[in-house]
Amino acid sequence: MRATSRSEYIVTRLIKAAGYSAIVFIGLIFLFLLREGTPALFEIPLGDLVGDRWYPIEDLFGMLPLIGGSLLVTIGAALVAVPLGLLTAIYIAEVAPRSARELLKPAVEILAGLPSVMLGFLGIVALAPYLRRLLDLPTGLSALTGSLLLGGIAIPSVVSVAEDALDAVPRTYREAARALGATRWQIIWRVTLPAARSGVLTAIMLGVGRVIGETMTVMMVTGNAPVLPTGLGSLFRPTRTMTATIAAEMGEVANGSVHYHALFLIGILLFLISLGVNLLAARFVFRQRTRAERVLS
Amino acid sequence: MPAPRPPTQHGLAIALVLGLLLSGCKSSSADSTTDGQTIVNKGSDTIVNLALAWAEAYHQVEPQVSISVTGGGSGTGIAALINGTVDLANASRQIKPEELQAAQANGFSPVEFVVARDAIAIIVNPDNPVEQLTIGQLSDIYSGKIFNWSEVGGEDRPIVKLSRETNSGTHVYFLEQVLRRGDSEDKTLFSPDTLLLPSSEGITAEVRDNPNAIGYDGLGYVTPDVKVIAVAAELSGPFVLPSGTTVNNGQYPIARDLYMYSADQPTGRVLKYLNWILGPEAQRIVSELGFVPTSS
Repeated sequence: MRATSRSEYIVTRLIKAAGYSAIVFIGLIFLFLLREGTPALFEIPLGDLVGDRWYPIEDLFGMLPLIGGSLLVTIGAALVAVPLGLLTAIYIAEVAPRSARELLKPAVEILAGLPSVMLGFLGIVALAPYLRRLLDLPTGLSALTGSLLLGGIAIPSVVSVAEDALDAVPRTYREAARALGATRWQIIWRVTLPAARSGVLTAIMLGVGRVIGETMTVMMVTGNAPVLPTGLGSLFRPTRTMTATIAAEMGEVANGSVHYHALFLIGILLFLISLGVNLLAARFVFRQRTRAERVLS
Repeated sequence: MPAPRPPTQHGLAIALVLGLLLSGCKSSSADSTTDGQTIVNKGSDTIVNLALAWAEAYHQVEPQVSISVTGGGSGTGIAALINGTVDLANASRQIKPEELQAAQANGFSPVEFVVARDAIAIIVNPDNPVEQLTIGQLSDIYSGKIFNWSEVGGEDRPIVKLSRETNSGTHVYFLEQVLRRGDSEDKTLFSPDTLLLPSSEGITAEVRDNPNAIGYDGLGYVTPDVKVIAVAAELSGPFVLPSGTTVNNGQYPIARDLYMYSADQPTGRVLKYLNWILGPEAQRIVSELGFVPTSS
């Protein structure tokens, strides 16, 4: 009896430590980023940091083209992943017969497991040349190619979370709507989707978070030209994202140099952006919980 | 069950100790140039693969001589030479006057050896009718002053400029010798819409597929399915294709020498190694790795 209670005590403590370790790691990572990145704020004049030219070997550290590039690719990917992901989720949760559903769900999960370097390779040899001929672009290595591939990467996250949310809507809602004479489309559009709204928004946020952090694919297919995007037309031209910049330049940079600190400053910006996206997603999750409580009471 | 365990741990401990001892030996011998059987070789990252291949092949010739090769950049290698910690420094540029002074202040008089040459080929798609360009035109293309192929005698197509990433030595060489035409006061930069690709393979793949593209790369990386452009220093010509011959007779304008420096007039094992490097066997390795052998 005493032995069980002792092992119980140890296991509880272990699990608790494991749970808190995530927070400790995040904190340590952020501290490290701050230590390595903040010197850049003192070494590079603020006016230069918001400049429009990134060319580190001549000490030009304008970060606007990189931030713009990341935003451009992310918006493009969201335009692909959100409609496609939501429609897939609706089909799986609401429309598909059981057999199709059992085939589709694992297929989507396999898509989620594809290594991004493979998608990048596919982009270089197939998608980029195809898009160049189809749209008569100067080059297929563009923000558009990156957006389409990243959209593909984000779709599985959007589908699985959104499908869970739709699935969680009580059956009584749909039965009541049907009893009132609603068509299938009216039920989906007017009843199920609004009821699952917060879960669906969380799905979109998670998809966006996945896209902002993606590195390998964008480095391979976007051409990495640090041009400041000026509008949606920039989608058809090469661009350079924050993640690709860090990945391409960190390997050769001298430890402790201005360039090194500037790359870590980009890392801090990325960290803050994905933190912001996750906080937004968390807000929607908590809102969903209160709604569920309201329904139950 | 627990019986077989202790020997394994024992073995592991011995391996660890041995490893520590061995690594200790290696670093201590690398620091000393007085050891009769070791040649310490350090410097340029462009040459490091070549230097490693030489060191490996030389082991067959003189098994008792061990050669330690490290990269770090031309400046690092020459600094080590000035401090007397290496026998041979590799450099993809010539020693600077201030480095020479620093070496002389330490009692050394460095001797220069051209051990190989490196040509940068300009490549376009085989469907592109343009055959030749001048250095001035290349500079205008990459700095964004010329942006249509029709301005240099081609079809009415936009020019897509491809380059290696900024951390590549080839990128810096191209910036200094082509965009700025060797003028250190010139502040010309690559146009921001130049595509910076992470690998030579990326550049070749895009040039192979895209008739708008222009790229540059070491001669050794050029594949048969792209077209190499003839280059001239002036518009009046002559326009020259890169090859072993045109690089060695100085006709091809975008080529550089690769150097090894010894701290003093080399003697003994270092002299023997340098003579071997300039000989036919080592120069064949030079061509195998895509560099241009020296004419001698």
